Amino acid sequence: MPTELSRRELSWVIGGPQGGGINASAEIYAKALTRGGLHVFANIEFHSNIMGKHSYYRVTAAPVPVRSHVDEIHVLVALDQESLFGDALERKHYPSHTGHVHQVAPGGGIVYDADLKIDPAQFQRDDIRLYPVPYFEVLEEALKQLGKGGQSRKYIVMRNTVALGASVALIGYDEDLLFEAIRESFKGRKAEAAEMNVLAVKAAADYVRAHYQERPARKLTALPAEQRKPRILIKGVQAVGIAKIKAGLGLQTYYPISPATDESVYLEAKGPQYQLTVVQAEDEIASINMAIGAAHMGIRAATSTAGPGFALMSEGFGFAAITEAPGPVVFLWQRGGPSTGLPTRTEQADLQFALHPAHGDFPHIVIASGDIEEAFVDSFESFNWADRYQVPVIVLLEKFLASSLFTSDRLDTSKLKIDRGLVYQPVSPEKNGYRRHAITPDGISPRALPGTAGGIFSTTSDEHDPEGHITEGIDNRIAMMRKRMVKLQTAAREIPESFKFKLHGPRRADLTLVGWGTTKGAILDGMTELELDGFSVNFLQLRLMRPFPAQEIEALLRDAKRAVLIEANYSGQLGALIREQTGIALDHRVLKYDGRPFSRNEIVEGVREALSERTKEVMVSHA
Amino acid sequence: MPETATPPKKFSLQEYKTEVHVDWCPGCGDFGILSSIQQAFFQLQIPPHRIAMISGIGCSGKTPHYVDTYGLHTLHGRALPVATGAKLANHQLTVVAVGGDGDGYGIGAGYFVNSGRRNLDMTYIVFNNGVYGLTKGQASPTLGKGLQTKSMPDPSIQEGINPLAVALGAGYTWIGRGYALDVKSLVSLIVQAIQHKGTSFLDVFQTCPVYNDLRTKEWYAGEDIGRTRLRRLDADASWDPVVKDPANLDEVVQKKTRALQTSYETGDSLGVGLFYKIDLPTYDEQLAGKVPALKEHPLIDLPLYQRDVTPLFDELA
Repeated sequence: MPTELSRRELSWVIGGPQGGGINASAEIYAKALTRGGLHVFANIEFHSNIMGKHSYYRVTAAPVPVRSHVDEIHVLVALDQESLFGDALERKHYPSHTGHVHQVAPGGGIVYDADLKIDPAQFQRDDIRLYPVPYFEVLEEALKQLGKGGQSRKYIVMRNTVALGASVALIGYDEDLLFEAIRESFKGRKAEAAEMNVLAVKAAADYVRAHYQERPARKLTALPAEQRKPRILIKGVQAVGIAKIKAGLGLQTYYPISPATDESVYLEAKGPQYQLTVVQAEDEIASINMAIGAAHMGIRAATSTAGPGFALMSEGFGFAAITEAPGPVVFLWQRGGPSTGLPTRTEQADLQFALHPAHGDFPHIVIASGDIEEAFVDSFESFNWADRYQVPVIVLLEKFLASSLFTSDRLDTSKLKIDRGLVYQPVSPEKNGYRRHAITPDGISPRALPGTAGGIFSTTSDEHDPEGHITEGIDNRIAMMRKRMVKLQTAAREIPESFKFKLHGPRRADLTLVGWGTTKGAILDGMTELELDGFSVNFLQLRLMRPFPAQEIEALLRDAKRAVLIEANYSGQLGALIREQTGIALDHRVLKYDGRPFSRNEIVEGVREALSERTKEVMVSHA
Repeated sequence: MPETATPPKKFSLQEYKTEVHVDWCPGCGDFGILSSIQQAFFQLQIPPHRIAMISGIGCSGKTPHYVDTYGLHTLHGRALPVATGAKLANHQLTVVAVGGDGDGYGIGAGYFVNSGRRNLDMTYIVFNNGVYGLTKGQASPTLGKGLQTKSMPDPSIQEGINPLAVALGAGYTWIGRGYALDVKSLVSLIVQAIQHKGTSFLDVFQTCPVYNDLRTKEWYAGEDIGRTRLRRLDADASWDPVVKDPANLDEVVQKKTRALQTSYETGDSLGVGLFYKIDLPTYDEQLAGKVPALKEHPLIDLPLYQRDVTPLFDELA
């Protein structure tokens, strides 16, 4: 039985060679839909390659909220043959994909270049509609109107716009909203390009109207103007970047790495406007150590990276912890591991690494964000924790969130409060007995700001006494270990529950789904479908991974009738953490480790399968 | 310049010293460097609380504990990145990074090179003794091929690095070399290094009486050849290491070439003093070009919290 979302959404995919402009087309399309009051969720898949390899952008839109995608495609826009049938012809061994034709839903449509002269029989589908459009001819038609006839080779990149225009006409969407989106994308010096693209859309729309009577089964209609809510279209890297600016970030360091770089580049572009310093370091060891140096001086400092870079930060992380630096905050954008792994794909396989980022026992905080709003508040709050508990903090994110586009209300900043923790106010400018690592019951010692008279301290990566000088004394060692580690208890006591976990749905349910991170969207949308199977469902989303809310989670899981763990990794890393912390083993598991995000249907099908008699553990992979 | 009475010092030399027990071996060259650093700070009368000393790991890494300024004793090889972050956060502090030769030219080689490129206004002093003392005398990157100190089972079969040559290539804007046991000259070099606008790099020959039985104070003094092995560069009237016109590439190359040649004079004549100096825009100044408020205030003093992010949301609407 379909849900309202699954009845009303339209899954539109544009595929083409990397560097061929699919991003621009998809984002213009997404903006046009957003302007029409629709909810949009868009995600991109691309290779670690500059130019030529297959990439595709999926835009899922509906008049009701949508935060996930389905593997079915309702309208496929192909810029090349590979987007249709894959690369098996060229790569006989281990083709990287089989194209998107087989994903098109019955009644769905495919827009492709008529010049490819594909025999319709090659599609091997009689339940879908084919819309070959001669991209060049249509482009030529548009250019003629601008007196640029015969120049279509020069404007070859605009083939995308022709394909986009054809598809928008086919789904019956308001073309004026598309023109508006195009004009906003090409402003100033690019204004001429805007009009060219508008004409290309018009020519393409005229072409499909003149040549095709039948439309694809699904349509998209803009809401009546008075019902359109003004929303923003935002990516994970932007939500995180804005939160960091709001939180008072002074220094961001980074070394280029997918998929984290976009966040730093975003911040760097805003640097002059917001008095922010962004430094591209020589490697991730330098990145984290620069951030630690800055944090010790008293500014808010962060570094942003992915698994391979975080591996290099291990040593610095422990250094920050033992010296009780107020930070840094490490933004760990997970990608497919291990090693270089799948640089441009998504995974949730760095949880256990984030929990054990360096040698020795030390306190740190790990928070995992599930969506744009959580990434925003977590990114902001992480700096408060770094200052308050004088620990390094990891905000655990994913490629999937980094590059996906979401419609969202403007994020609420009214509840965000700055807390810089205990800062030492010298009682006199002379030596006054200040101890940087003073032993306190909650483990927190007031930190002096270097540069201040009367606050002079040393600290060191060696074990040290309260004044920060090296000692290997036994009593001091025990006291210092306890002092540092007790900060975890202090943090666990003070951090509000909304950061620890969220129970979505009823307190008690027939089925409890357990997950973390950005599987959230697909799980929440999938729950609605699972409920139609006739049982109640709730979703326990884990957020604070360290200090782990063991008592609360144990109580909730003891109440669960049946539980299914859902994670985008091979080994069930959250399951391992839950078992370690609560003793509860989650045997029913839906796992995915193909580097692609969970689709909603994978959640639904995977959960059904995991609850069946056949098996407890399911690996899903549709993409 | 007419002689004027020296104004009374506000800060005493004692104020740059801590009461922490110094646990270096008797006769260690590090004492000379420590004392020189303290005297340089004293001469410059930098308020102790306006100094951040950042060190790596090894015997030299303990230096900040003995100097009564803000101090971060960091990780092996990572003093420069930490110093970089500290300076970026508060560029009005005097930042001095110290470390050993293994720390700087071995495990920290990448930061040694890239800090030269960056040219933040800070100072880097390397305690260069040819061995890893704290781990009991293994060969360091500066120990030459064929040399065998007393705890090495065999002579080194690798060439030693020429740190001054690397520094010239990396782009350091002030490059000098001193000798730990010539405190008077060393103080003067450290003072110049701190006063230089840009990253100053000072390599200091330092004796390790316990593990380096080759580069001893007797060896530097040339007791075996009847004259000191250390040659003061400024004793040569034609020695002119300061670039007058940084825009003149010929002059830059000519001065770098002479510094390079001099850095390769080894054996019985080791140059000490200033090798090269050029005034170029610092990283701090270039950041201030992007963020004008940094001209007047360090990052730490800027109103960064609760910034108005409305325009950022507007862009996404």
